[in-house]
Amino acid sequence: MDAKDILGLPKNSFPSSADKKPRPPKESQRKPDGISREVYALTGRMPPLMPSIDASQLKKKHPPHEKITWQWLPFTNSARKDDLHLYHWVRVVNGVPPTGDYSFAKYNKSVDIIKYTDEEYEKHLTDPMWTKEETNELFDLCGRFDLRFVVIADRFPSSRTVEELKDRYYSVSQAILIARAASSGDVATHPLIKEPYNVSQEMERKRALSMVLSQTRQQERKDEEVLVEAKRIAELRMASKVTEQPQLVVASNADAEVTERAVPGETISPSNVQPPSMVVPSATDNASTLASLRMLRVYLRTYALDQMVQASNSSAGLRTIKRVEQTLQDLGVNLKPRVPTKAVCAEHLELRREILTWLNLQKQVQYKEAEGSSFRDGSYGETPGTPKLLRGADQDRTFIPDSMNFGDIHKTVVSSERVGKKDQKRKAHGGPPTSAHKRPRKQKASDL
Amino acid sequence: MTNSSSSKKHGQDQSELSGPTSKSQRTKMGKSEDNDKKNSGKKLKDVEISVPIVYGNMAFWLGKKASEYQSHKWTVYVRGASNEDLGVIIKRVVFQLHSSFNNPTRVVDAPPFELSEAGWGEFEIAITLHFHSDVCDKPLNLYHHLKLYPEDENSSMSTKKPVVVEFYDEVVFPDPSEAFLARVQNHPAVNFPRLPAGHTLPPPIPVEDANRRRKGDTKDNPLSQWFLSFSEADELLQLAAARQQVQAHIAKVKRQISLIEGQHKQLKSSSDQ
Repeated sequence: MDAKDILGLPKNSFPSSADKKPRPPKESQRKPDGISREVYALTGRMPPLMPSIDASQLKKKHPPHEKITWQWLPFTNSARKDDLHLYHWVRVVNGVPPTGDYSFAKYNKSVDIIKYTDEEYEKHLTDPMWTKEETNELFDLCGRFDLRFVVIADRFPSSRTVEELKDRYYSVSQAILIARAASSGDVATHPLIKEPYNVSQEMERKRALSMVLSQTRQQERKDEEVLVEAKRIAELRMASKVTEQPQLVVASNADAEVTERAVPGETISPSNVQPPSMVVPSATDNASTLASLRMLRVYLRTYALDQMVQASNSSAGLRTIKRVEQTLQDLGVNLKPRVPTKAVCAEHLELRREILTWLNLQKQVQYKEAEGSSFRDGSYGETPGTPKLLRGADQDRTFIPDSMNFGDIHKTVVSSERVGKKDQKRKAHGGPPTSAHKRPRKQKASDL
Repeated sequence: MTNSSSSKKHGQDQSELSGPTSKSQRTKMGKSEDNDKKNSGKKLKDVEISVPIVYGNMAFWLGKKASEYQSHKWTVYVRGASNEDLGVIIKRVVFQLHSSFNNPTRVVDAPPFELSEAGWGEFEIAITLHFHSDVCDKPLNLYHHLKLYPEDENSSMSTKKPVVVEFYDEVVFPDPSEAFLARVQNHPAVNFPRLPAGHTLPPPIPVEDANRRRKGDTKDNPLSQWFLSFSEADELLQLAAARQQVQAHIAKVKRQISLIEGQHKQLKSSSDQ
């Protein structure tokens, strides 16, 4: 009733709620066809807030004069050059089949390849690196495979890299365009002129890409080590900041630990390595926690445990805390003891402290290993960076094909598939395509 | 380098040594003072009394008798961990129910500290423990989420088996008064602390008659068959096993570190040559 009051609706517009089947008061409010009674009841017979499509329209019958039939009719595809007649089902209205081109023909896009005459070739296109026959062959393949250069390189009779082919194609096209243009301003906006193909840049791009992709595990590990090291340094800085405060309060015995922690990289004698100093602040924190608990005069053991855990966590980072809890779970220990007696809580805290120690030692190992490997590399490699470059150069030849695959992988896959299909279709006239035909094709594409 | 660090360590040791001794002297002095003044209000330092309790609820589904608003009969309670009478410490328990209940603040003035109601919904109950005046003048709050429906979907509701949710906890009184200590020193509901050596309590105040105590405990409670048991030993065993594992890991990592350091040394000396 309240809602009605707020909306200012007359109370009698609704029959009493107890009435299960109220009569629709008006013709306009009758349940439209196509909506189930239950769904309509949810609207409360109110006009909907959002405009909705009249459900009757969705199920509307077609005008009676439209007679629809489906017929099996022949059609031609303008995208085909062989004038092949195929059949398909067509929706025929009133006995008049649809006219016009095959609706999928428009998706058969092809590239306009520039054609040059012998005369033009002699005048503009001679190149010591390319014979006329080779250039002709290239343009023929470009037309056949719609500039899918990876495929073209695959089919090209003499061995040329994708970059060489592209360079030749684009420079020829450019030269022809400029030669044919009345003035240089006419073709300045042409994409081929505006954004010329840059061979060296492309080579460099692919080389860089292949280097990233072919990075060895060792190298990756080295990168990781550097990151770990960076993180460790950052944490150390944080930690030394945190310990500065307790240092003032805590007895002087913490001093040695703090200074040692601030520069652990400097520790020379291995015996000097202390178990992580996290334990020290947490122990002192415990004392203060206990003192504050005592002030309460009465408290729950679980509350005390929470406080202690928090205090011992205060010196650790959020990630470390999470790792401690994960370790507890891995050990099958409840994060919160089920029977938190004094002894259980003490053991629980001890366990957490030990896990923290363990994690810190693991970090130390990581650090030491990183230190060791950088040390080794420093003594055996000439200068940092040279091994990387050398390897890059070594692998250039072997990895460039790989990188091409990555650069043009999309095109490659699509085109090889399409080529495969076309081949199949072509073959379909002669004989059934064999699976043996297909397999090497695929293999080739992935081997590129 | 090593010299300076070792001298530092010496300094540490000394300060550590001097720390506890002065502290013990202080406590000794405090104790003698305690012995001098024999008033009942004085506190005992570094001693704590803890009272193991279990709080929670039990809910029975009413089955066919369930109505829309009363599908479950439930009881929320605070009991001694081994069903001892908590009346020796707790004077009064106040259960704060959902505001939709009649008189949502329910006061239970005598053990057993439990409250039964019927309802259909789960909500958080605030439980306030008030203690006897010699125990602590401050009340303690617990919070319990009333549970009526079984946790896992698989177990269907049954009228025979109740849903039981209980938590173990300990009420800790740091620095209890001597009078309190004396009154509860032999009571089973209390974890009695080990008193500092040489300390004596006044003779126990005559214990309340046996009848009253039996009334207060929850051993004969009709619900007691469903009470959960909480084993400290199991928990300790589990923790000990976990600690052992972690300690083994630590030892392993330490060995690893010393191994790596050994290699570094070798490398360093070889590269120096």
